[in-house]
Amino acid sequence: MNVQLRETKAAQTLAVIDCDIHPAFRKPTDLHPYLPARWREHMATFGPHLRHGLAAQLPFPRMVAGGMRVDSFPDEGPPGSDLDLVRTQHLDANGIECGLLISLSKGGLEERNLDFAAALATAVNDWQIEAWVKPEPRLRAGIVVPQEDAAFAVAEIERRASDNRFVQILISPRSSDPLGHRRYWPIYAAAQAANLPIGLHVQGFSGGHASTASGWPTYYMEEHYAQSTGMQATVASLVFEGVFERFPGLKVALIEGGFAWAPALCWRMDKHWQRMREETPHLQRAPSEYVREHIWFTTQPIEEPDDPEHLAEIMGWVGWDRLMFSTDYPHWDFDHPAQTFKFKLGDAQKAMLFRDNAKALYRL
Amino acid sequence: MKVPFTGAIDCDLHPAPPGVLALLPYLDDYWREQIVSRHIDRMPFQLTSYPPNSPLSARPDWRGDNGLDQLRRQALDPFGTRLVICNMLHGAFALHNEDMAAALCAAVNAWVAQELLDREPRLRASILVAAKNPALAVAEIERCAADRRFVQVLLPVAGEMLLGRRIWWPIYAAAEKHGLAIGIHAGGTLHHAPTGSGWPSYHVEDYVAASGAFESQLLSLLTEGVFQQFPALKFVLIESGFTWLPTLMWRTTKTWRGVRPEIPWIDRSPAEIIRDHVRCTLQPVDAPSNDAGKLARTLDHIGSDRMLLFSTDYPHWHFDGEDVLPEGLSDETLRRLLIDNPLDTYPRVREEGTSAGTRARNEETVP
Repeated sequence: MNVQLRETKAAQTLAVIDCDIHPAFRKPTDLHPYLPARWREHMATFGPHLRHGLAAQLPFPRMVAGGMRVDSFPDEGPPGSDLDLVRTQHLDANGIECGLLISLSKGGLEERNLDFAAALATAVNDWQIEAWVKPEPRLRAGIVVPQEDAAFAVAEIERRASDNRFVQILISPRSSDPLGHRRYWPIYAAAQAANLPIGLHVQGFSGGHASTASGWPTYYMEEHYAQSTGMQATVASLVFEGVFERFPGLKVALIEGGFAWAPALCWRMDKHWQRMREETPHLQRAPSEYVREHIWFTTQPIEEPDDPEHLAEIMGWVGWDRLMFSTDYPHWDFDHPAQTFKFKLGDAQKAMLFRDNAKALYRL
Repeated sequence: MKVPFTGAIDCDLHPAPPGVLALLPYLDDYWREQIVSRHIDRMPFQLTSYPPNSPLSARPDWRGDNGLDQLRRQALDPFGTRLVICNMLHGAFALHNEDMAAALCAAVNAWVAQELLDREPRLRASILVAAKNPALAVAEIERCAADRRFVQVLLPVAGEMLLGRRIWWPIYAAAEKHGLAIGIHAGGTLHHAPTGSGWPSYHVEDYVAASGAFESQLLSLLTEGVFQQFPALKFVLIESGFTWLPTLMWRTTKTWRGVRPEIPWIDRSPAEIIRDHVRCTLQPVDAPSNDAGKLARTLDHIGSDRMLLFSTDYPHWHFDGEDVLPEGLSDETLRRLLIDNPLDTYPRVREEGTSAGTRARNEETVP
């Protein structure tokens, strides 16, 4: 299938790989066929058990249309739930050669009941294949595993790894401990063994910690921004805990967390690591070198300086070979492939950004 | 590079905080009795953010008793500074008992006035407040404000609640009334995890994560409308780093365009508001030491040469020798950083600059 895709699309000038598409359930019972009766009943009787006061809604309500593109609502069900509309409105219209499904909170990433979380994850992984990838071969799935249950996560990764319709492992960067902690290492070992990248997509719910060092913010605008500071802390944790020393084959994709912060974060990590390096003798190299080698970034929501050339400079500092285009369809801050970059991209840069980097990382 | 002329204003310097025994004369009978009988006088009140023997906390050649003579010899004379602003990193503010915290903070302020400011005319200071309780903080600001050598109110970057929230506004009203700036310093109470995904293992991670804490505070002050509510007030981010600013301004301005109905009182570009109201101290300069071009580009991305305030962050170890300034800054930028921006930020330093300070400024024009 991959071979065929390559052949048919090779002639196109701008084939796009979209690294961030969000599928949705048309109705809440969509997962039922993939859940054992015990968990269907649990879901109906008790529902999710999260680390938030509001059970069935986002604690920071989105802006217009629940955070969705207003034109993305199908006749029935929420945005992202109708494959035909996803095709016509996005895949066909925007020349998407390949789209990566990011099934956010449906897989129990923040669920406190770990058995329920495992059942949800397994079900969502089945659902991605049956409802999306089988009928639409341009789409690829991600193995959703709740990071707080490393033993289950490893088993689920091993079960799915040989199915090449899954191209990454999705865990939550809003974890209960920073993701570099050793309780998550078995997941990285399994990822390395399966040669699958870890995808970290920003999350609407937390693993039990306020999103800032001074507690919860007031506004959605602040919580939206906290995804960026949270991603930076996650990178620092992976680096300083020595995850990349221990798992030299591990690759991590940061999805929707921004990227313009990466050079400044690397400068800061390098400087203060240099000063305090006796504290982390397990690091053999400067923090920035691990980031440069092991971390990829998706571009949406693209940062927008007044002078677009400033962003081009930053992208050069991050590394053109580490940036991957994404749209976040059908969410409100969708980036359109033709309108996202407001400066002139060279042909080589364009190829890397829109296609080749993702193709190489995900082996598409 | 070295400071090229005299007369600079150093906006972040840390004298050694006094031990609790030295504070007893500045406490009332109740607290003296409490502190002695509970052995609180034997407690170090060091912050987790700054382990005293960590390389970060003091440069090897700057270790010692950290007394006034050492301060003059190491932190004032070599940089030719006209004035320095002392920020006492005393752990009192991290106590959960807000009355005890307030009493100790008040004692520290009284000690600073008598033991430092009275003895060295080049010193100015920030008012340490127990920021868990805004009413107590305001009372301490009112008490200290009569002494014009206090030029700023000091708050930790990581505290109880984000600083934009209305509960803190009485502190800002008091500061604005008295011509004080608000200084937000690295380090904190650790009453919340330092990151949105919990507790990092290493000190270096906590320190790195502080820039995220500054980002969150800046955004909180912006979105809650503090900069409009207190237009005369300057917020100084101290020991914050500043190379993260461009991304914050870009991202915030873009997101605001999409979500501005949520905060309709923000009626112009967040980047412009931030440039008008926020300042950052120089050290640490989180930029590659072997590539001055990137720092110059970053300053261009920030889009203003009025935001940075000279600081040594003495005795914290961010640079060696007397090379406190990064390479590649223009003469114009240097003058702003070293003199004009601090004067513009601190009304109480500025008012002095028009009288006694004139002499120093005339002298310093000789390069």
